[in-house]
Amino acid sequence: MSSYLELGARQRIPHIFDADTFEEFLPPSARVVSPHLAQLDAPVSFDDGVIVGRGRLGGQPVFGAAQEGGFMGGAVGEVHGAKLVGMLQRAVSEHAHAVLLLLESGGVRLHEANAGLIAVSEVMRAMLDVRAAGIPVVVAVGGANGCFGGMGIAARCANTVIMSEEGRLAMSGPEVIETAHGVEEFDARDRALVWRTTGGKHRYLLGDCQLLVADDTEAFRAAAIGAIAAAHESGAALTLAALQAEHDMLARRLRDFGDAGDPLDIWARLGVPDPNAVPMLEADAFLALAATHRAGPGAGGQ
Amino acid sequence: METHHFRYEAGSRPLPGAAQLVGVVSSGNLEVLVEPAPLGGACEIEVRTAANGFGATWQAVMADFHARWQLMDARICINDMGATPAVVSLRLDQAVESVTGGPP
Repeated sequence: MSSYLELGARQRIPHIFDADTFEEFLPPSARVVSPHLAQLDAPVSFDDGVIVGRGRLGGQPVFGAAQEGGFMGGAVGEVHGAKLVGMLQRAVSEHAHAVLLLLESGGVRLHEANAGLIAVSEVMRAMLDVRAAGIPVVVAVGGANGCFGGMGIAARCANTVIMSEEGRLAMSGPEVIETAHGVEEFDARDRALVWRTTGGKHRYLLGDCQLLVADDTEAFRAAAIGAIAAAHESGAALTLAALQAEHDMLARRLRDFGDAGDPLDIWARLGVPDPNAVPMLEADAFLALAATHRAGPGAGGQ
Repeated sequence: METHHFRYEAGSRPLPGAAQLVGVVSSGNLEVLVEPAPLGGACEIEVRTAANGFGATWQAVMADFHARWQLMDARICINDMGATPAVVSLRLDQAVESVTGGPP
């Protein structure tokens, strides 16, 4: 067993894809770095914090990317975003079997302002184009930096989101909420609260992620292979009916939980017998519990 | 940001493999890109660092590195975000070992 959380993006790729199959596009030796950071006299990275390319997964040709959370929190700048978009477009033109995104990002790289914002929106559009071509997009979230901001939204454009308990998925991050609305609204230093609110277990119970796995590269890999097969079975493209079902789910969530002050309240309303015990459960025991208490079939864009 | 250039002539150890990148540009850390390059037997190192005013320290760490490895026809590029000299040495060794397959 090997921890997914502890690995950097560049180490995750060979653990997740079939051994020695991944071919990187624009590798570090190409030195395609951020022009904005250089103007700001800030350090650059030779891969601009993301690895993109194509390999094999379970023997099938699968395109993929891995964001490096260590470099500027995995934030998306112009080059970083363009690498993701280029890979996604190439996945369509080369008829990939699927796309697997190992996301770890705080969202837009604020240093790059509008260029970063546009980059993230282009990533979302490209993900939906991939799905429209009948190619499943699967996202894995299990890094220490979580998946926030624009990339949190992008993650939910995928057919399937796979998370570990340690992974976090949200729009605004804890510090952003505290800064905007005060510590009474959200105490970003309360780590238990942060994980209760944004962590994999809560996302799974609410239906924001479709698969929850232990923090193990092999578990992520197996889940990705399974998710790709399932998405091919059900159809990868986003349909109007699926979008309407998603909106209905969100309306139900607001109605049922809109006044809840803490995820513990939500879990209690879902009928979880001992909500306080949830954070301590191992993945298997949690999944057994969640099987009877998850909120509706919140199948992301499926 | 500061940029430092180092060049060591007449190395004896060529790099057998393709370019390799190790490390991450994060606080107290650095990335090291090592690749073979036709440099007339020399090893060239370019350091871009966020820590200003440590040129002498970089020179000492690079001289130690070259004494250990004696690389020839090798280009090394570093993006640094304030790594300590010990971390720099370890990353350099890790980078070269990832190409050569083992210690010097």
